[in-house]
Parts: sequence; structure tokens; C-alpha cells
Amino acid sequence: MSESVPEPQAAALDLNAAYRDSQVDEVLGALDRELIGLVPVKTRIREIAHLLLVDKLRAQVGLHSDPPPLHMSFTGRPGTGKTTVAMRMAQILHKLGYIRKGHLVVAQRDDLVGQYIGHTAPKTKDVIKKAMGGVLFVDEAYYLYKPENERDYGAEAIEILLQVMENQREDLVVIFAGYKDRMDTFFQSNPGLGSRVAHHLDFPDYTADELGEIGHLMLEKLSYKLTPEAERTFAEYIRLRMTQPQFANARSIRNALDRARLRAATRLFTVGGTVTRDALMTIEPEDLTASRVFANGAD
Amino acid sequence: MRLTQGTFSYLPDLTDEQIRMQIQYALDNGWPISIEYTDDPHPRNAYWEMFDLPMFDIKDAVAIMAEVTKCREAHPNEYVKVNAYDARLGRQTTALSFIVNRPKHEPGFRLDRQAAADRQIRYTTHAYATDVPSGKRYRDE
Repeated sequence: MSESVPEPQAAALDLNAAYRDSQVDEVLGALDRELIGLVPVKTRIREIAHLLLVDKLRAQVGLHSDPPPLHMSFTGRPGTGKTTVAMRMAQILHKLGYIRKGHLVVAQRDDLVGQYIGHTAPKTKDVIKKAMGGVLFVDEAYYLYKPENERDYGAEAIEILLQVMENQREDLVVIFAGYKDRMDTFFQSNPGLGSRVAHHLDFPDYTADELGEIGHLMLEKLSYKLTPEAERTFAEYIRLRMTQPQFANARSIRNALDRARLRAATRLFTVGGTVTRDALMTIEPEDLTASRVFANGAD
Repeated sequence: MRLTQGTFSYLPDLTDEQIRMQIQYALDNGWPISIEYTDDPHPRNAYWEMFDLPMFDIKDAVAIMAEVTKCREAHPNEYVKVNAYDARLGRQTTALSFIVNRPKHEPGFRLDRQAAADRQIRYTTHAYATDVPSGKRYRDE
């Protein structure tokens, strides 16, 4: 490479200009706007972005800079936005020039682990090849490791992943995701893996207010709106739904809204006749109150 | 005699970085890549041996370079080429194909003249390399 060695006392570098040029601001801004809550996660992403930017500047003035390991683990309960953030992460790392392509490849146990001897390695390598230049997102990573079955091929997949994570850092970023407690045991039983994952991000559960905001964002994207009474019903719905078992944060809200849309459509048909544009995009309280959540848990 | 088949064959051999960039160009166009090798240099030998399967859904050329390296290691003294296939309706053909590895010594071809009926002469090319059985060719040096 023909990188000219700059003067050691070269002029001061403009941090803000570098920040603007990287366009990472756009992505971080979108992250702030479109993802509600998740403060610890956003802070960490910002920190990583700053580190990469500073590293870039250091390289410009000829200082030694080793690409930092960026393999991550995302832990959190269902529906807390792990996959969404991973997708954003790929974009941010691409904008900062850490990875070359910026795509996300989602893999689960059955994408990585084979069914018979000798099947696992080609399968895992195939997935890794597809993820090269981007981010490999291993969902529910703990299923890779099954201690109760010593002949399980999951360990082989982990070994291959480890090798790539260590030797091809600049080609690929691996993100492991799953529930917190099970991920902790997973990393404990695979110490080699745990120590190679530099960032452990825990996704907190959303509060009722945050879920309300998320719901509004979702509706906005679908061009729906709530009537003022429906707003109140919706807030009540969230409060009740949160206390119920199998509550999956934003995913539950999405499902609830999908069902409300279903009922709204049926309501329009039962009335019949002509409809206005406004009626086509309004969700009434009764679309929400029909939910089993209001019926004291009876289905 | 240097074998001139495929794209870039009249240029000096591409460096690995140049090969990577050509492959990246193919991938950016959505052309899947396959790798083939042979020890029969005859120009009509269109179907070379496949090295593993064609690679689909790959975004970054580094992944394919790893396969190219593997193929070169397995067949160091044979011809290796990289093919990019354009699957679009109306084209559906090899869009780019170039040699990325060749034997150290290429003996070349001789012209055979066959006297046929009525004093006709039929011409054919014969690769010196194919005088020995497949697998034993290009073993000198």
C-alpha cells in the first residue's frame, strides 16, 4: 500500500468534520428516533462509533491502530429489539468502514449444525462465507451447545466460529443473541467464546410508556391512528398485557395492533355502505377492548 | 506457450488484489461465482472440473478468494479459472471468466495435418500436455 506518512506535527484534525463525513450521525439519529428506550444499548453503540472514528483519525496521522474486536453478545427478553439493533449495527459499522458490505445474516442452530458427522463444518463455513463483509447474527446461540449430549455437533460449529472470530476479525463481526440467563451459562461453559466477545449488551425491558410510544410509531408507519378514547384503551391494554404471562415486549404490541387492524376491518364490513378515508385509518376503542386481555385472561 | 483463454488472458497475470476486485465486481452485479480446474488446455475443452459447488448469496469477495486459494493449493500445477454467471432472463450465460492459476511450464500446441480423401487436408490442434495421461501432466520442475 502506498500510504504517505504524514508529518508528525500535522495540523489538528477536525473531529466534528470527520463525524459529519462518516454519515454515522444519520444512522445514530435514526436509531434515536426509531428505537424507543434502550438507553444503555444506544450509549454503547455511540461509544463504539466514537472509538472507530478516533481509530480512523489515528490511522490518518500515522498512529498505530489495530482494528478493535467487535464481536458482541445481545441479551434480553423476547421483543426487546435485538435483531433490529443488530441490523442497525451492521449499517453503522459499514458507514465507519469497519466492515466492507454491511449486510446482516441471521443464523440459528439448524443453519450451522449438521445432522451427521462431517456435515457441520461445511454448513457452518457456508454461513460464514455468506456473512463475510457483514454481520453474522447467531440467534439463540445457547442451542449450539448441548452439554447433555456429548456427541452433539454443536461444539464443532462453535469451534469453527471461534477460529473465524479470531483470525478474520476484519472480515466479519459475530453477534450472539438470546435470553440473558441462558447466554450467561452458555458463555460460562464456553470460556473461549466469552473472552472473545468484547461487548456484552443487555437489552432492558420496556416500560409501559415506552411501549405506548412504540405502538404509536408502528401505527404511524402503517398509516393508522387511534381515536382519543382508543388512546386511553390502548394504554390500559398495555398495562394489563404486561402483567400477563408470555409477554414479549414490542412483539406483543405489534401482534395486538395487527389484531386490532383485523377487527377494525371487520367492523367496517359489518357497518357496510361507503367509507371515508378517515374511517379506513382509524382504530376505535372497541377494536382493542375485544381482546382477551380485557376478559380477565379467558381466551 | 501461454494459454490465452477467457478475459484478461493477454494481460500479465492478475495479482490477488486485482482478482479480488474483479470478483467483487461480479458479486456487485449479482453474478454467482464458480471455480473450475483442468489439466487439458485444448480450447474446445469447455467443461472443466468443478471445484466444489457454485457459490450463491455471497456478498464479499474475500470469502471467494479463500476458495480460490484452496483450489490453487489442491491443483497448484493446473489451470484454475473463476466463472461468474449472469442468471438474468435473456442473458443466462457466463458473464465473466478468467484464469487465476496456470502451470509453471506450458508446452503449447502442435498443428496436425491429416490427409483425407481427395487430397483434402484436415487440420487439428494437439496439446503437447495431453501426451501423458491426465493427472501426470505438468509435473516438470
